[in-house]
Amino acid sequence: MRRIGLVAWHVFKESVRDRVLYGIGAFALLLVAGAIAIGQLTAGQDVKIIKDLGLATIEIAGAVMTIFIGVGLVSREIERKSIFGLLAKPLPRWQFVIGKYFGLVLTIAVNVWMMALALWLVLAWVAWTSPESIRLSWSAPAVDPRLALVIAMITLELALLTAVALFFSTFSSSALVSVGLTVGVFVAGLLSTDLRHFGDMVVAPPLVLSLVAGIGWALPAFSEFDVKNQVVHGLPVPAGFVFHTVLYGVLYAVSVLGAAVFVFSRREFK
Amino acid sequence: MSHVVRTDGLTKDFATGFWRPRPHRGLDGLTLEIPAGGVFGLLGPNGAGKSTTLKLLLNLLRPTAGRAEILGYPPGDLRAHSRIGFLAENPVFYDYLTSEELLAYFAGLCGFSGAESRARATRTLDLVGIGADRRRPMRQYSKGMVQRVGLAQALIADAELVILDEPMSGLDPIGRKDVRDLIIKLRDEGRTIVFSSHILSDAELLCSSVGILAKGKLVASGSLTELTAGGARGWEVVASGVPDAFVARLSHRGVKTSRISEGRYTFELPVESSPEPFIAELAATGGQLVSVSGLRTTLEDVFMERVR
Repeated sequence: MRRIGLVAWHVFKESVRDRVLYGIGAFALLLVAGAIAIGQLTAGQDVKIIKDLGLATIEIAGAVMTIFIGVGLVSREIERKSIFGLLAKPLPRWQFVIGKYFGLVLTIAVNVWMMALALWLVLAWVAWTSPESIRLSWSAPAVDPRLALVIAMITLELALLTAVALFFSTFSSSALVSVGLTVGVFVAGLLSTDLRHFGDMVVAPPLVLSLVAGIGWALPAFSEFDVKNQVVHGLPVPAGFVFHTVLYGVLYAVSVLGAAVFVFSRREFK
Repeated sequence: MSHVVRTDGLTKDFATGFWRPRPHRGLDGLTLEIPAGGVFGLLGPNGAGKSTTLKLLLNLLRPTAGRAEILGYPPGDLRAHSRIGFLAENPVFYDYLTSEELLAYFAGLCGFSGAESRARATRTLDLVGIGADRRRPMRQYSKGMVQRVGLAQALIADAELVILDEPMSGLDPIGRKDVRDLIIKLRDEGRTIVFSSHILSDAELLCSSVGILAKGKLVASGSLTELTAGGARGWEVVASGVPDAFVARLSHRGVKTSRISEGRYTFELPVESSPEPFIAELAATGGQLVSVSGLRTTLEDVFMERVR
């Protein structure tokens, strides 16, 4: 366990010093700030718009970080040949993969929650400067503690995406191919609910419908983690749904990590 | 343990070609034993199979056929890995870490506590001569400094078997001398050093035994003394002010002659002839003797003979 922790801590340390991360973080904060300006153009709807845009920005920025750092996690080590020195140490390959995974999840989680904190501060400022009559018209409080649920679900969604990016990183020799595959799975995963119910929307031969629905079920259902709308509009999010989604996310991530460990344990390094 | 490495018929094929991959034999039936203690040089031209051999020993590649044993264990066994240090050819490390952080990280992976890891990092970086730069991010390091960090990480756990793939690569003459001295120091501490190189002068200075690979096959192996046995193979005489008529006469007597500059020549006399009569004859023609030395079989002679 200590070795997994060391690998994870090292990934975190290396990632937080990478300027790319700062760039993405700064861009996200800029978008959150931009949400205030857009919110002010829409009388009475400003808090909803700030929440919508802010949360969407956090999710997208988190996904970009995950994909761009995740696909290089293992492939960059191979490219640099630093993997040779590492694997010559008494470090089992599975511990290397799991350590890399937790290191990136930690990096992404810290960034996502820091962006969320910035969003909360913006919302607190809006609430503080708004008259009570306006505040009473909001469907949910500006500084809504339930936003933490949205952020937790985004973090879990990105933890699953990290597993996918890491999986592609273990066998692809090209970072570009890994990016393409991970983005493809992410976008298709966001549409997985539509794919599962393809037959309800399109008339096609049964074989095609079954195939598309099968793909929808096999892909990670990233859209399931999206509770933004319910929270922003003050609608309930059932505890059972949250429990099942968390369980789904954890089991799916464990399966993908298992596949990544399987591939990496058998990989050769020319 | 009498041998740190044993291989038996170790073979590795690589698939080449995109559409219809065909096997290319990178290593062909390598049977080798590397004795414990001393410095072993794995020599050969580029593409001979040196790095392939080292990677097979470290489980970075898997053999197509044959078997290997390292410190008494099969490749990949963590009990062996905890006693091995390895430097890959031309390594690159993490841009945003300092060498001290990297070394402490690697020491931690070898099982040392945080305080012990940091102490080892400082000590080992001092040993390879970059202790003063240990808190600078490695992206600011020169190629030679990165090579030294690579050496340091191979030595961080006091490994009893140190494997170095082209350790002199990218180093300036001072760096090469430092690495040679370090290898000698490690040898004197009782460790076994296996290094691959195509630089024969380094091998001749350092190795107690060598294995020579060519096109994936082991073409020679043994102690340097055994391989260069046969001792003297002639005499080399360097002279100046040598008249052309004398040189012309020698060509009929089987003496190998090389012109250095105007009137200055190198003469190679066969082992069975004594140099004294030749020197007297040279003096009689007005030539001046510059030097005379015995010619011995060198590692380069053995290498050229076996590899060509």
